[in-house]
Amino acid sequence: MTVSEPALPASSATPDLKVELGRDRPIRLDCGVELGPITVAYQTYGRLNADKSNAILICHALTGDHYVADPHPITGKPGWWSELVGPGRVFDTDRYFLICSNVLGGCMGTTGPADVNPATGQPWGLSFPVITIGDMVQVQARLVDYLGIGQLFCVVGGSMGGMQVLEWAQNYPDRVFSAIPIAAAARHSAQNIAFHEVGRQAIVADPDWCDGNYLLEGKRPHRGLAVARMAAHITYLSEPALHQKFGRNLQNRDTVAYGFDADFQVESYLRHQGSTFVDRFDANSYLYITRAMDYFDLAAENGGTLANAFRGTRTRFCVISFTSDWLFPTSESRAVVQALNAVAANVSFVEIKSDKGHDAFLLDEPEFHAALTGFLEGAAAHRGLPPGKGGAAMMMPRRSGGARE
Amino acid sequence: MMMMSNGNLRVDLRLIADMVEPGSRVLDVGCGEGALLDWLGRTKNVDGRGIELSMAGVSAAVSHGLSVIQGDADTDLKDYPSGAFDYVILSQTLQATYEPKTVLANMLRIGRRAIVSFPNFGHWRVRTHLLLRGSMPVTDTMAYEWYDTPNIHFCTIRDFLTLCRGLGITVDKSIALDREGKVLPLPNCEGIANLFADQGLFVLSRKG
Repeated sequence: MTVSEPALPASSATPDLKVELGRDRPIRLDCGVELGPITVAYQTYGRLNADKSNAILICHALTGDHYVADPHPITGKPGWWSELVGPGRVFDTDRYFLICSNVLGGCMGTTGPADVNPATGQPWGLSFPVITIGDMVQVQARLVDYLGIGQLFCVVGGSMGGMQVLEWAQNYPDRVFSAIPIAAAARHSAQNIAFHEVGRQAIVADPDWCDGNYLLEGKRPHRGLAVARMAAHITYLSEPALHQKFGRNLQNRDTVAYGFDADFQVESYLRHQGSTFVDRFDANSYLYITRAMDYFDLAAENGGTLANAFRGTRTRFCVISFTSDWLFPTSESRAVVQALNAVAANVSFVEIKSDKGHDAFLLDEPEFHAALTGFLEGAAAHRGLPPGKGGAAMMMPRRSGGARE
Repeated sequence: MMMMSNGNLRVDLRLIADMVEPGSRVLDVGCGEGALLDWLGRTKNVDGRGIELSMAGVSAAVSHGLSVIQGDADTDLKDYPSGAFDYVILSQTLQATYEPKTVLANMLRIGRRAIVSFPNFGHWRVRTHLLLRGSMPVTDTMAYEWYDTPNIHFCTIRDFLTLCRGLGITVDKSIALDREGKVLPLPNCEGIANLFADQGLFVLSRKG
């Protein structure tokens, strides 16, 4: 993915905001532990309007963070949705007030296992309580309270971010005017739990993990975390995408070396993915956040019937999946749509044709972006927000310019 | 082909739109790119939803801000709760469903009323085509060869009305249309409509 131009004029971004929440009223976690106070790191873009009706909460994925449209402070790479955020873009900063916070348990500023437990003066490590998607959302809701916003115009996110969107819609139906779960599911499948377990076992098998106390020991389980990332990264792509990108091409050599170096380009690529990941992510955070995803099962929380999670909802939903996504396949999104239909909810559902696998939600997919723009435009009209420049008329050329016509 | 924001609605869709009461809840099954829903939303303040099989149609509709899902009349109608809509519309699609009877029953379970239109296989041109040429009729309203047609359950107006009676469905309104979708001034007689209507358009409700 190449992003050359800056996403935003410097003035629209308000980088590196932090707030302490839960000092008076700790966060009651699903596991029963009360946690607080905690720090939440977040970013905002655009301006909140006078009646506070234009706020969009963006929820990041497993290894994402709140640097949606700013360069990442460690890698220097553009924000993960920088192509979608900015004046006149899908998430138009001239019209909407965007909020994204680092999740609870994360390692980019929000309280997580790498932080110091104030009670002991030592890093939390494995003494950090086990968290859930619901806990992450509860913290986000506290942040939204703190920002003085009652109802969010939209909650949007892909993958684990999409799980948070569904959790928001269930727990705070009156605070979510519209919801866009992308490449997500209402529960983590057995296959996905299995992949996560491989990643976690790779981490804990690294001697430098030190039973979770690597920070105290001055070590880092880089090898284990890199392997976890390599395995996970494969699940974010697709067989055609890998084949197209690498085929069986060899890495800087004309013939195989009859050894276990990275003969193939795909090996070299994965090793690179693994080794750069460890610079920006904490191994224990990876354990905690993957666990939160594994525990996610909205139907189970609702007596086995997913539709019960959304009964009486007035939220406008737009469910989006991608054809080549085998990690969160369309069938998972369709199950959400069926549950929403069962309560006659207002729902749009698009399966976007893409060969880029699960990661398609992070990439330049014009049809995906057109669906997002159109849905937001429709929701904005129903919310009484002013139309974008040119309004619906502007959308027409984009539609007719698409490949399908 | 279709104008969304400022253009005219296809004649037969306009006819359907005129039957829908303002402010009602509408489910358009096989909504295409959403022309009818768009029209109903803008001119009649209708709370509209759509189901469409083709991804291109869904994508265009959602990109236009309409609430449309990718789905299929045969498999997805069962998910909706009873009485969720005032109207369920099925325009030119009944003949392409696997189980027209179930689809029809579901439409009238979900909706207070159903609006259904389909090409009439009983039209004299169809009958003479089969009689004189001895081959499957290909007409303006049935524009496919037998081997590539999506239309797997053709029926005549008479067949349709027989099915409605069997399902205990009340026919509130029946309109005969020509091949362009314009109303044919025919007497209100099943036999005559069955012979001269290129398409039939019906407003149905549950008995009682």
